[in-house]
Amino acid sequence: MAGTADMAAGTGGAATALRLVLKRLGAGLVTMLLVSAVVFTVSSLLPGDAAQETLGQSATPEAVAALRQQYGLDRPAPERYLRWLGGLAAGDPGRSLVANMPVAEVIAGRLPNSLLLAGLTAAVSVPLALLVGILSAMRQDSRLDRGLNIATLAMVALPEFLVATLAVLAFSVELRLLPSIAMVKAGAGWGETLRSLAMPVMTLSVVVVAQMARMTRAAVIAQLGQPYVEMARLKGLGPARVVFAHVLPNAVGPIVNAMALSLSYLLGGAIIVETIFNYPGLASLMVNAVASRDMPLLQACAMVFCGAYLLLVLAADVVAILANPRIRQG
Amino acid sequence: MPAPGTAVPGIGYHVEVSGLRITAPRPDSGEAVIVHDVSFAIPRGGVLALIGESGSGKTTIALSLMGHARPGLRIAGGTVRVGGTDVLSLDAAGLSALRGARVAYIAQSAAAAFNPSRAIMDQVVEAAVLHGLMSRAEAEAKAVALFRSLALPDPESIGRRYPHQLSGGQLQRLMAAMALVTGPELVILDEPTTALDVTTQVEVLHAFKRAVREQGATAVYVSHDLAVVAQMADRILVLNQGRVREQGPASQVLKAPADDYTRTLVDAARPAARPAAPAAADRAALLEVRGLTAGYGRVGADGMPAVPILRDVSLSLRRGGTLGVIGESGSGKSTLARVIAGLVRPSGGQVLFDGAPLPPGLEGRAKDQFRRIQLVFQNADTALNPAHTVAGVLGRPLGFYHGLDRAARERRVRELLDLTRLPAAVAGRRCGELSGGQKQRVNLARALAAGPDLLLCDEVTSALDTVVGAAILELMAELRRELGLAYLFISHDISTVRATCDEVLVLYGGTVVEAGGRDAFRRAPFHPYTDLLVGSVPELEPGWLERRRAGAPVPSLPGPPGAGLCRFLPRCPVRLAGTCDRVPPPRRRLSAGNETLCHHDEDTLMRLQATRAEAAC
Repeated sequence: MAGTADMAAGTGGAATALRLVLKRLGAGLVTMLLVSAVVFTVSSLLPGDAAQETLGQSATPEAVAALRQQYGLDRPAPERYLRWLGGLAAGDPGRSLVANMPVAEVIAGRLPNSLLLAGLTAAVSVPLALLVGILSAMRQDSRLDRGLNIATLAMVALPEFLVATLAVLAFSVELRLLPSIAMVKAGAGWGETLRSLAMPVMTLSVVVVAQMARMTRAAVIAQLGQPYVEMARLKGLGPARVVFAHVLPNAVGPIVNAMALSLSYLLGGAIIVETIFNYPGLASLMVNAVASRDMPLLQACAMVFCGAYLLLVLAADVVAILANPRIRQG
Repeated sequence: MPAPGTAVPGIGYHVEVSGLRITAPRPDSGEAVIVHDVSFAIPRGGVLALIGESGSGKTTIALSLMGHARPGLRIAGGTVRVGGTDVLSLDAAGLSALRGARVAYIAQSAAAAFNPSRAIMDQVVEAAVLHGLMSRAEAEAKAVALFRSLALPDPESIGRRYPHQLSGGQLQRLMAAMALVTGPELVILDEPTTALDVTTQVEVLHAFKRAVREQGATAVYVSHDLAVVAQMADRILVLNQGRVREQGPASQVLKAPADDYTRTLVDAARPAARPAAPAAADRAALLEVRGLTAGYGRVGADGMPAVPILRDVSLSLRRGGTLGVIGESGSGKSTLARVIAGLVRPSGGQVLFDGAPLPPGLEGRAKDQFRRIQLVFQNADTALNPAHTVAGVLGRPLGFYHGLDRAARERRVRELLDLTRLPAAVAGRRCGELSGGQKQRVNLARALAAGPDLLLCDEVTSALDTVVGAAILELMAELRRELGLAYLFISHDISTVRATCDEVLVLYGGTVVEAGGRDAFRRAPFHPYTDLLVGSVPELEPGWLERRRAGAPVPSLPGPPGAGLCRFLPRCPVRLAGTCDRVPPPRRRLSAGNETLCHHDEDTLMRLQATRAEAAC
């Protein structure tokens, strides 16, 4: 678009935009700090601790106390918090008490899997959601719109485990097309990886496409009633040109924000899908950490999810700022 | 009723509309007819005005010339021919090829009709390039030429800017360039100057008229303003509730209207002067404002806020008096009302009410001070909650200020409705169901419910049709006589203010440039800005626009005037180099009793404005 060629003209605007982005970034860091305090407090409220969990119910109190001391669990809470926070800042979130290896390593084993699943799901669901949302907005109140409306409502309402189970029944048991377990083998080719991830991606997409499509439809419809849209039509522009050249640049802010919210679900919210397809992702790691009272691991997982969420929201804000000439150009 | 215009098909007319019928399908009871059997014809190069009040169907008819019906409407019958093309029988592709290329549209609010996210030039050349009429480079060159002929600043680079960086008048002219760039054979102008200040309106009208004439295009001019139409149109078609009341040559319709409804419109366009209240100089001032300074942002060391809106404003309004405050958008007139009401904190100066200083903000004001000063907002649509009933809206201040019980409230609501000439049955209706005029009466009744001494009226008639607005002004004059109210009447329209107010105050850039009794505003000498305002109000007289001396454009100055200097300096046609740009202007009292803030003395102003008057004749 020719409009972008003029971005250099508004250097004052660019400075404003940069300042806004930095401000959002700062707010994100403050949020991370608050979340870390909450995560730490809540996880220490959980009954039992790793020492008790490791040694089992029959352990003598002396043995438990000794292990606590070894883990540093007998130190006062503020001291543990500060030490943990310092470690986080230095990139060392501590040692997993159960796996007896650095948390960073445990997470490093799982995070790529989660990112792959989330990335593939986003790659499928974002274009699909845009297509469905824009199409139903352009044909507002038509049969197509009503049909898509019912379909997306049903998708939002269907529980994931049902979608996943039905998918397994259909594609693995009956058609024997896809594996029912999503194992990513090291060194597997792209084709094999995609095949084994097809069903988890499909299941997760069902949930997020529906949310994003509905928000997209609402954002586009809100713009379609504006006078500038009527003006574009009266200039003889076709419906596709009206939507893509005129409506979308104004609707992109709300759309990307809705998408960031939906996509943030793909890391932490993938627990059901990870469990059903036996997929080694971060969400199931975190659930295991809760079960085994492995606090350092649990806390680190929570911080990863929070960080991912804040990054997505920040990205959405940046897109919205860049799309708005009132901020970009000052 | 006169016979509807008879369009003879095929003979010399460029645009022919016959038997046009537009309906609004209703889910419950069939359909409502919005436009009834309208017929007219325009010769090539002619300008036809469609005139009427809101709801008359004028925009609906104009849009049907492009085969367009707004959502909820349907073109149900009749034919529309433009240059031999039967518009209503075109399919989607045919309509696309017609719109923007052969028929172009200039919307009422350019600020809303330009896409806020795209640079102006992209939007201006879009239709020309997409219709394959010319290359992007050719289209841009033509656009720049049009920008120049429409007297836009920086024609070479203005296209790179975004809508929010431009003023309303500039956007309106850019929209004209957008319409004309394809060289259309028919241009539809839909109230294109209604949202503009009068001084801007005159320039835009000039530019439109020249540009349309240079193109040799046929034009349809939609407006509610007879005086504007008188300048633009050859023929006028008067519409009322979707029916043609009268059509004929512009001068005949304006001078010798054949239809009663047209006569009502013409009468309402000339506000009748109301007798001034008996002068009672001995009565003490009810409201006194001294050296008021207000604005937004941090207040600096010099006591001025970062964005000053009002600078050293003083005024005085006696009990039962009316003071009109005139100014264009951005002059600070609404801020003045908001400071008096306590909604904006002044950064300096004093507001005295009934001799006692008012606390600067809302905090610290007594309930009785709130009660005695009431604000009537410009837009009753947004000032009244559409979901509340009229009785609820009026009952609230009655309970709050007067502690009336249910029965007493109901009785008082009936009285208030009666006072504002509304039927008692309105009490049970929701505000959203009322007409514009009724809403403004309820808005007024809400302020009266408090039992105020002073009403701050912010552009109370500018959102209304002329006839409805005139009725509201009439009502306000009666209320003033009956209740002894004082009004601070804020308006951009000097003719309304001259007709309704005893005293007039002209604001420019937040300073009072002229103040005095209303008679001083009837003839020269004026402050140069007042002179520009007075001279910009279109007269109900074809040819006024041409006769009005097209003032030579004032050369621009580098930057805004320095502190203390005349705010009007950059636009003043009679500024004195070496004086006006060096020395702050003095306040002078002229023989008619008015006070001006200007370096020119009475005789000089008289001489300058007499030449202007002669040139106008």
